[in-house]
Amino acid sequence: MRVGLFLTCLVDLMRPSIGFATLKLLETAACEVIVPEAQTCCGQPSYNAGDYAAARELAIKLALEFADCDYVVVPSGSCASMIRVHYPSLFTDDSEPARRVRALAARTYELTDFLVNVLKLQTVPGHYQGRLSYHDSCSGLRELGVKQQPRALLAMLPDVELKEMNQCETCCGFGGTFAVKFGDISTQMADNKCRNIHASGANAVVAGDLGCLLNIEGRLRRIGDAATRVLHIAEVLAGEQGEVPCK
Amino acid sequence: MQVTALRFKRKAKQNLRNARLQSALSKIQVRFVQARADAIADLDDFEAVRQRATAIREGVLANLDAWLERFEQEATRRGAVVHWAETAADVNRIVIEIAQANQVKKAIKSKSMVSEECALNDALEAAGVQVVETDLGEYILQLAHEAPSHIVAPVLHKTKDEVSDLFAKKHDLPRKTGIAELCREARDILRPHFVSADMGISGGNFLIAETGSVLLVTNEGNGRMTTTLPRVHVAITGIEKVVPTLEDATTLVRILPRSATGQDITNYVSVLTGVKRADESDGPEQFHIILLDNGRSAMLGTELQSMLRCIRCGACMNHCPVYQSVGGHAYGWVYPGPMGSILTPLYAGLANTLPLPNASTLCGACAEVCPVSIPLPDLLRELRHRQSTQDLRPWRERLGLRVWMWLALRPLWFARATALASRVGHRLGGAKHRLRWLPGAGGWTHGRDLPAPAGKTFRALYRARKPR
Repeated sequence: MRVGLFLTCLVDLMRPSIGFATLKLLETAACEVIVPEAQTCCGQPSYNAGDYAAARELAIKLALEFADCDYVVVPSGSCASMIRVHYPSLFTDDSEPARRVRALAARTYELTDFLVNVLKLQTVPGHYQGRLSYHDSCSGLRELGVKQQPRALLAMLPDVELKEMNQCETCCGFGGTFAVKFGDISTQMADNKCRNIHASGANAVVAGDLGCLLNIEGRLRRIGDAATRVLHIAEVLAGEQGEVPCK
Repeated sequence: MQVTALRFKRKAKQNLRNARLQSALSKIQVRFVQARADAIADLDDFEAVRQRATAIREGVLANLDAWLERFEQEATRRGAVVHWAETAADVNRIVIEIAQANQVKKAIKSKSMVSEECALNDALEAAGVQVVETDLGEYILQLAHEAPSHIVAPVLHKTKDEVSDLFAKKHDLPRKTGIAELCREARDILRPHFVSADMGISGGNFLIAETGSVLLVTNEGNGRMTTTLPRVHVAITGIEKVVPTLEDATTLVRILPRSATGQDITNYVSVLTGVKRADESDGPEQFHIILLDNGRSAMLGTELQSMLRCIRCGACMNHCPVYQSVGGHAYGWVYPGPMGSILTPLYAGLANTLPLPNASTLCGACAEVCPVSIPLPDLLRELRHRQSTQDLRPWRERLGLRVWMWLALRPLWFARATALASRVGHRLGGAKHRLRWLPGAGGWTHGRDLPAPAGKTFRALYRARKPR
């Protein structure tokens, strides 16, 4: 099975370890993983800023790069949803690029959704010991139905104790450029999230989207919490927390 | 009412620091979010009712003109007078004409957001008609000279203590602290007004085409008195509120209170049909129904048509983490929260409301609870799209996105730029691997650190790992 890994620009730039963790999960499950070198951004910033033409250009580019993959896997609910849910809405015609984009959308999956519902994994390579709380990132949850998948995967790690936080489905305040444009509101939303994390009794928070993680970690550190770990689900499942396997 | 949406950010900032307001807003979670969740769980098949409600509303919009004509015929046949108002000013003119024709000195009102849309109270007072709000929340706001901050719970932004102070001052009575006592005091003051008013003004939750009736859902009983005691009753609502049958209206009433306040049904559901007949002892001698357009018909047939399904339950704002943080007044007009961020730009123009469609993380909590399945995040994005195509976005944002797009379409340059950003960011992050300040991103770093990048991008590390 040829699986294209779409890293997302955020993982590529900010936290490559998530990319390697994803790679490990897929390769351990015997996928032939290809990582197209020309991949950049899915176009979500432009799309959510209302620039549909720009998003369309990037959709066409991405569809070409992943044309020969059976599946495309994304370690992010919001970027996966951009491709799977929103790309098709940008193309109403029946041109060749439009058809290619629709085909791409149909075979694109958020990572945990892919691991559970396509690969039907029974075991994961990582090991983690500790109390985790899972934050449901909005796009993955509401647009792709990612809810049980990450929990099912975490349950495969025997030493993980899942401590659900209150309002785990409430937005952390990231929202892409929202976090910068409306920094005060965004910070208060992040603050609410931090309070719920602390109240859960977990010593690490896990999510499937790096945007949320940067936001939550940024607020935790600012309010003086240097202890609570902030991890991507792929890092926990692959057992590669923050390590980059090479130099 | 003046639109002050351009000041959203400043207002939001003030409201975030207002401890009293924050304490009032913190009650939304239990009073509305939890209450709705419980009520929905008790309903046998919420999803089926929601689909039916959506279909009813969408079906009406497909033939809105025909249903409105049917409504007018049936209402007229039963003795009501239907008035068509294109703008808010038309509503005010019509109400004043009715008041003058009937020598109205005093009008009592039950809660009506459409009348807020028209700033009707100001217009009536200017024409010499005394107006008394009789919904408790609206009455408090009238005393305080404030605008509603929520479409269902207009006084949500006030705490009980503030109301105690206000009543003591305005009523010139000893200060009460219990809710029951405060309510009794308001009731004692309002009762004489109910009896002495010449005109009652209400809104209308639904217009029923087959019977020409106006349906009202209320909780305090003031609505019944407002619509039946005075000799003239004026109901004001938007043209989109029509539904074909009583059966349809009951379907919507099954989900409106549940979505709004978590009640299975409101304390009162009034179906007001025609005027007092010769053999009846109660009811108004005149029943005027004013139907307001105010930009609604212009939404038909556009990407925003689904917004006209709205039944004004307020669930979208109750569940919106932005609304929960800043409250309703920050939005700068009558309708706050997600639905307001769509309606206000359509009413006041995109340029006068620039922050509103952007003041959302598009988290989708609103659409998830909307009882008529309005895809609110998609509509907010559509308004952003309109801002973008009309060149209304700030130049810095446009420049930033253009640079990003230029890079994203050129993988080689993208790789170089991200490699540089990763290296620089990593160095700035220092030993703690986080940035406390970043030029151009003060909105982020004011309240949060930014975790530093790893120093090398994935693509660089991946290439190094893979032998060529």
